[in-house]
Amino acid sequence: MSSLPVFDYVNATSPAEAMGQLGAGWSEAALYAGGVDLLDLMKERLYEPKKLVNIKTAPSLKYIKVENGEVRIGPLVTLAEIAAHPELQKSHPALARAAGKAATPQIRNLATIGGNLCQRPRCWYFRSEDFPCMRKGGEKCFAKEGENRYHAIFTEGEPCVIVHPSAAGVALVAFGAQLKIASSSGERTVDIEKFFVRPKDNVRRENVLGPKDLITEIVIPASAAGMASAYIKIREKQSYDWPLADVAVVAKLSGANVEACRIVLGSAAPVPHRATEAEEFLKGKPLNEENAARAGELAVKDASPLEQNAYKVPLFKTVVRRTLLALKETKAS
Amino acid sequence: MTEKTVRVGFSGDSKELKINPPDTSPPAWDLDSKLAVVGTNVPRVDGPDKVTGRAKYTYDINLPGMLYGRILRSPHAAAIVKSVDTAAAMKMPGVKALVFAFDESKIGEKKLRYAGDEILAIAADSPERADDAVRAVKIEYDPQPFVVDLDDAMKADAPIVNDGKSNVRGKNPRGDAAAVDAKLAGSSKKIEATFRTQVQTHSALETHGLVVAPDGDGIKVWASTQGVFSVRDGLSSNLGLKAEQVRVISTFVGGGFGAKFGPGVEGVLCTKLARQANAPVKLMLTRKEEHLAVGNRPNSLQKVKLGADSTGKLTAISATTFGTGGVGGGAGCTIPAIYNLNRDATYKAESDVFTNAGSSAAMRAPGHPQGIFAMEQSMDMLAYELGLDPLEFRMLNDDNPVRRAQFNLGAKEIGWPNRPKVAGGGKADGPLKRGMGVAGTLWYAGGGKDAKADVEIGKGGEVTVYQGAQDIGTGFKTVLAILVAEELGLKPEDITVRAADSRFPYGPGSGGSTTTPTVAPAVHAAAYAAKRKLFEALATTWQVKPDDISAKDGKVFVASDPSKSLPFKKACAALTADKVTGSADREANYDGYRGNTAGCQFAEVEVDTETGVVRVLRVVAVQDAGRIINKLCSESQISGGVIQGLSYALFEDRIMDKSAGKMVNANFMEYKIAGPKDCPEIKSIVLDVANGRNSVGAMGLGEAPVIPTAAAIANAIYNAIGVRIFELPMTPDKIIAALARKEGAKTA
Ligand SMILES: Cc1cc2nc3c(=O)[nH]c(=O)nc-3n(C[C@H](O)[C@H](O)[C@H](O)COP(=O)(O)OP(=O)(O)OC[C@H]3O[C@@H](n4cnc5c(N)ncnc54)[C@H](O)[C@@H]3O)c2cc1C
Repeated sequence: MSSLPVFDYVNATSPAEAMGQLGAGWSEAALYAGGVDLLDLMKERLYEPKKLVNIKTAPSLKYIKVENGEVRIGPLVTLAEIAAHPELQKSHPALARAAGKAATPQIRNLATIGGNLCQRPRCWYFRSEDFPCMRKGGEKCFAKEGENRYHAIFTEGEPCVIVHPSAAGVALVAFGAQLKIASSSGERTVDIEKFFVRPKDNVRRENVLGPKDLITEIVIPASAAGMASAYIKIREKQSYDWPLADVAVVAKLSGANVEACRIVLGSAAPVPHRATEAEEFLKGKPLNEENAARAGELAVKDASPLEQNAYKVPLFKTVVRRTLLALKETKAS
Repeated sequence: MTEKTVRVGFSGDSKELKINPPDTSPPAWDLDSKLAVVGTNVPRVDGPDKVTGRAKYTYDINLPGMLYGRILRSPHAAAIVKSVDTAAAMKMPGVKALVFAFDESKIGEKKLRYAGDEILAIAADSPERADDAVRAVKIEYDPQPFVVDLDDAMKADAPIVNDGKSNVRGKNPRGDAAAVDAKLAGSSKKIEATFRTQVQTHSALETHGLVVAPDGDGIKVWASTQGVFSVRDGLSSNLGLKAEQVRVISTFVGGGFGAKFGPGVEGVLCTKLARQANAPVKLMLTRKEEHLAVGNRPNSLQKVKLGADSTGKLTAISATTFGTGGVGGGAGCTIPAIYNLNRDATYKAESDVFTNAGSSAAMRAPGHPQGIFAMEQSMDMLAYELGLDPLEFRMLNDDNPVRRAQFNLGAKEIGWPNRPKVAGGGKADGPLKRGMGVAGTLWYAGGGKDAKADVEIGKGGEVTVYQGAQDIGTGFKTVLAILVAEELGLKPEDITVRAADSRFPYGPGSGGSTTTPTVAPAVHAAAYAAKRKLFEALATTWQVKPDDISAKDGKVFVASDPSKSLPFKKACAALTADKVTGSADREANYDGYRGNTAGCQFAEVEVDTETGVVRVLRVVAVQDAGRIINKLCSESQISGGVIQGLSYALFEDRIMDKSAGKMVNANFMEYKIAGPKDCPEIKSIVLDVANGRNSVGAMGLGEAPVIPTAAAIANAIYNAIGVRIFELPMTPDKIIAALARKEGAKTA
């Protein structure tokens, strides 16, 4: 990585202005939020948009509003702001923790939640111009037969075995969040699970956004209010590191029992991965050591790890179990 | 020369020594010397400059009209350069110069041997334009077969990396294999194990690089280097210049760790660009280039056999090792003779294996961390076999009084008796298990004759020390100030230090932990000579003999006559000239207490047996370095060694894609290095040993503290979980797999 390519630069003061600056193709213009991911990609010459549209100059995209249990977050809110938000820490601890455990303090101060959801994968083959991989329009996925210790374990039928990098995404899928997406042709609301796309559906993009789209709001529905939630991230290094495994759980508890829950595995699949069988199993059962362990086993039942990452299977069993048991301590108040 | 007697050693073991230093030498400091500044805690003289950003590193040098250099490197692990078309690049705006890294007439046959091999360099008026120009060069490559993996390279049908018949280059084995095997066979207990260590890159924070400016008929160079004079000599011989025509300055260096000797390929290219463009050129490598092309610690595959008799005395050791330093050699693993094993009980066969990867370079204690990782785990394994406390077993086999004292100090500090007596048998906090481990080490570093120094005393009392060697972060400049202050009875802050400039008196490259031991005696002698000149001037004024005068506590005085005492500054007014200079050459080493230094480290770890995550809680590092000149910087040096050793133990790893022949983690995101939260509580203990050997008695400290950390951590992991990790880095995947194997073995 060295220096940036040449580009034009505009400051957008409103979402409408930003959308007006975007073009029909990805190479025409890029939204520039914190720039943490965008500038890295540009320096590696993996992405050379002709124009950067700075949206940090659009104040209407930066807010956290909690009303009647519904949480609405503007895309420009930083990970640091989410992590430190007193209300979210209490009501939605899984989200606050996921944001707070990502990256480093400096990066969290810059990184926006919108950018976090849209960042490109961290697969080292994708990130280096030395490897013309499938996601960059090349022929093959180098990771499948190559160095894949940090890659996906849910790989069935996937031509590319990245893991989705967004920590915020893991928590937001667990909360069943919705994204408001606007473009010059109108606004739509997308369930966050439908936002992320699998390689088998589109190996070139990680989400449904088109080049003219702007995420304008992230909504956590009121139905999630009062639920217990937890997030645990396991990493090799403690100073800052991407997860080997991270898990978010959101559950409706009644007494000692789980009424309903959503269990989401990060760093396990090309999209935040829901462990639906484990969710089903826990329905109506007491939240105890044994059931949590069983849920952990069910969560990885369909895993098909690669040559170097079989260790992630027992690891996720543990992390799912621990995150479920952590719910007891982090019950929403 | 007159014979003198000095007492050397430390409180636990000392002896008298007859020495014959030159008459110009200052009285030698020995075990009984009472020193005022030497051995105390002195903050770095350049600390404030560094923390405020005033310090100018090579990276910070900017000159009017300066151009930026960028190197074009091979994208292939092996390829022949069929053709090069630079026309488009040269036409780009701002492009001023282009030079090849090899003889241009060889285009068509030139073989590039690793991804990162240099092809050419371009200078342009901005870094971006230099980047764009390099990308605009069109090259036709003929890719060749390659091999980047150690085991693959050793196979009979492996592509040949360098010229020759095989990628394996064995050195002559040392010792008699049959005799050693017989001794092992006759041992009452023996172990046999295979260890692997990874390739580590130096990863100094400041990358390699230089600024070269044409200067009259010569050049002025700012370099991030460990060898001001080796850069001067390398560039002058390469360009056919006289040494005096090349001035090298390296006031601040952001780390080196062994990879920054000489100008390097980038230095020669940068200089050629500057001369072609007739303008200053800055060429700093990127982080990626740093990982690919300017050195690394080779990996290793080590097969070790070690035996002991029924009393726990070692009987024999056999080690067969392989390692790859890429296209370079130097992959030997030093299994140092720490313990009492005679030559006839030792067999050692080392081989370098060539692969299509960047060449190794000396890295902080070359060979030692690898060798000690294998040796000290083997010792541990044998101790458990024998049913002996691993520390007791070491003591049984170690005659070195210094290390014996250090083992005791360290054991007390870490609380060795509190470790689990049965491996894996400690009290568990849920899945978290704790354990302790120990490892010993030795190092050499007595320094040599290659240094001169000048110390100047001005009429106004200003004192300046001139010494050309560089301070690569060790606190060398502070050492210079301390030595002069001691001799003149001043404080370190009273001394102006002028260092790291090839115009100053000659100093060595910072390698082998020898900078301080080599330079210190010369500086001591120069300060002494300058002091004598001051005393001679005062002797005339005071009508006494120079020998009657002393300097201490900021005063110059005649002890027998209280009326003859002046503050240092005022005393200097007695000088008839504006200033006097004491100059000295480094004296040859004489006999000393010991020819090597000793050390040991203890680690306490906590292992999460479900996730495989290892946290190092505490490290106690005990080290000797002869006479300690600055206690504070010595302790920092040890802490730095421990942190780099821990990072080697748990994180760092140059990962190569075997099928593409390229490194996948050539950055600081995926090439993982320990950060603040990964650092344990570190207790650095320096054991001051008056080592003799010269008038100062200092030994080196740069390298030794990095050596035993990984082995101590590995032994602690075993103590915690009862499973041994034979391979670095000891990451969660390996711990999980090893624990699963143990579970499997239990239930099978
Ligand atoms: C050292 C390091 C460690 C890290 N560790 C972690 C980690 O542990 N976990 C984790 O989750 N992340 C981690 N990250 C990634 C980091 O969190 C993301 O890069 C960051 O959140 C991106 O946000 P940004 O605002 O800087 O986005 P930008 O770089 O500005 O944008 C990223 C992409 O999103 C697009 N975009 C931005 N905003 C919008 C919007 N409103 N609508 C549509 N598109 C938009 C941009 O056009 C661009 O394509 C790490 C990064 C680094 C450098």
